[in-house]
Amino acid sequence: MKHSQILLAHGSGGSMMHDLIQELFLPAFDNPFLRQANDQALIDNPGGRIAFTTDSYVVQPVIFPGGSIGELAVHGTINDLAVGGARPLGLSVGMILEEGLDMALLEDIVGRMKNASEEAGVPIVTGDTKVVERGSCDKIFINTSGIGIVPGGIDIDGKNARPGDAVLISGSIGDHGVAVMSERRGVQFSTPVVSDTQPLHQLVKSMFSVTHSIHVMRDPTRGGIATTLNEIAGQSRVGIEIDEEALPISPEVTGACDLLGLDPLYLANEGKLIAIVPEAQADGVLEAMRGRPEGAGACRIGRVVEDRPGIVRMRTGIGGTRIVNVLSGEMLPRIC
Amino acid sequence: MSVLHQFRDSTRAQAIIERIRGRSTGDISIMEFCGGHTVAIFRSGIRTVMPEHVRMLSGPGCPVCVTSNGDLDRAVALAKTPGVILTTYGDMLKVPGSRESLMQVRAQGYQVEIVYSTLDALKLAAAHPDREVVFFAIGFETTAPAAAAAVLQAQAKGVRNFSICSVMKLTIPGAKALLAMGEVKVDGVIGPGHVSSIIGSDAWRFLPEEYDIPVAISGFEPLDLLAATDAIMQMHEEKRPALVNSYSRVVRPEGNRKAWGAVERVFSLAEASWRGFGSIPESGLVLREEFSDFNADLRFDVTVEDSTEHPACRCGEVLRGVLTPPECSVFGTACTPESPLGPCMVSSEGSCAAYYHYQRQMA
Repeated sequence: MKHSQILLAHGSGGSMMHDLIQELFLPAFDNPFLRQANDQALIDNPGGRIAFTTDSYVVQPVIFPGGSIGELAVHGTINDLAVGGARPLGLSVGMILEEGLDMALLEDIVGRMKNASEEAGVPIVTGDTKVVERGSCDKIFINTSGIGIVPGGIDIDGKNARPGDAVLISGSIGDHGVAVMSERRGVQFSTPVVSDTQPLHQLVKSMFSVTHSIHVMRDPTRGGIATTLNEIAGQSRVGIEIDEEALPISPEVTGACDLLGLDPLYLANEGKLIAIVPEAQADGVLEAMRGRPEGAGACRIGRVVEDRPGIVRMRTGIGGTRIVNVLSGEMLPRIC
Repeated sequence: MSVLHQFRDSTRAQAIIERIRGRSTGDISIMEFCGGHTVAIFRSGIRTVMPEHVRMLSGPGCPVCVTSNGDLDRAVALAKTPGVILTTYGDMLKVPGSRESLMQVRAQGYQVEIVYSTLDALKLAAAHPDREVVFFAIGFETTAPAAAAAVLQAQAKGVRNFSICSVMKLTIPGAKALLAMGEVKVDGVIGPGHVSSIIGSDAWRFLPEEYDIPVAISGFEPLDLLAATDAIMQMHEEKRPALVNSYSRVVRPEGNRKAWGAVERVFSLAEASWRGFGSIPESGLVLREEFSDFNADLRFDVTVEDSTEHPACRCGEVLRGVLTPPECSVFGTACTPESPLGPCMVSSEGSCAAYYHYQRQMA
């Protein structure tokens, strides 16, 4: 690019914006839909219900161990489609750039988005760019929306959890939250914790190859698995019991959480899903999950129960019981 | 097995729980004096594995909670003083003062910043030479050394726009005040871990020696707390009250002399006002005269009018261990972490918050 920094003119609709799109975005995200070069992408409808989702990404720092805002923006929206049982068809990307943003950083992020989109096989089919005055946003904000198709016979809904169902998770929890928090607070560990950001649609596909009767699927992002499980317990009007000993948490995440005063149950994950499935299908689904790299660490963490609807309880490591509440306010480190 | 897992091992935990269940203590009430312990006990579900005759009580161990509304109102007034940036720990912001919380003050456009240490406040002062940075210092012996270090650093570097409003308190006078009131039967005490790492385990010898109460200093892992509880029950059973240090990997008998030396150099003892207790002589830390330049109470002329507490809030009784949070009529109804009437529901170390988050609707 001719300029080393983003200028307001890069978002003005004039020739500089044209250059930015032609020289950076189009070559990176190139595909037949983008090449249509219209105000909208036209995509054939292969039949089925349309899933549609949107998410905005404002993570700080924008680059962190294991990923960046770019991978998050692609994976996060793919995953929101995937956990609804949808096959992702395409993504939109809306970028809000701060005046003065380092062009090399933008190129890096765009390159990461290109790779993430290619690896997932989900094209970026339309986009938009705006530039705001210095101080009006923090470096770069990205919004992505996505559409996908839900094949017939699939009914995944937060309301569908039934007493007796098994609660499964696709792998270790807390990695993304710790990766971002440790970078933000300038803490370094001898074994660095890296973000788990990854697309989950192939994992979901292999789960459906076992059974279509998956009751609930969610990706436990902000608020962590505690918040996700509480949402499900509330929507389905059931109780959920989890076992502390069964929770997959790496020793590095446990150590970092102790040091930073964080609770892994509430930390964001960006490449994990929780699935609630009938007990009879649980082992088969787990086997299918473990057959994919994204689900290699899949395991059973609890069960759905009839009593105390709306409440998530945990059997603790020492054999006690406690409630797992929704997060109220922000997590703060200890002061005494 | 990693070091951390050793203190969370379920097999070992089961063995100690069995031992506790086998002890013939009769009814026994064990109190902890540390907010960190309150939370750790709830999080690990220790209360739910205790036999019925073991009553676990929480004492005045949450520094945010014991801060009186009068002191909080003073912080509010300081925050509204022109030119001031008030800094304090995050949990303090949501505590409702007599008229408003620091969070509401911040929403009105005054500058109230959350810091993780007094030294962060000092850094903020260096970054804003045109402003007055005041640190509202709450906390016990654990946080006092960092406050002392910040004052000494500010003095050494000649920082002139930094001062402290100290409402820091000492745990031992607080514990003594609670025992002197005699409202609640305490058969054993789980001694605070972090506080004792500074003042030393020996500081708690007065409990067995003067009150015949066994004390076990504990760490914060489930096995630490179970082992300390078992040690107390054993001493109670054998009628041989003593001091046991179950946290010897961190706590030494004499404590951290260097850290406490810095505290003694910068601060002197004074009467302090505790929520639920009123004034307790020689229970607070105030800046010595030679550090008057850093004393926000002397630098700024703030007056606070009649401080009051919410009439329905019973935090005082909760802090004295005479009322459990669910016994309070507004617990979980008019008073929740989202709209608290008192600090015990706000602070991450408050007993009402711990009950609300970990044990609500368990019965």
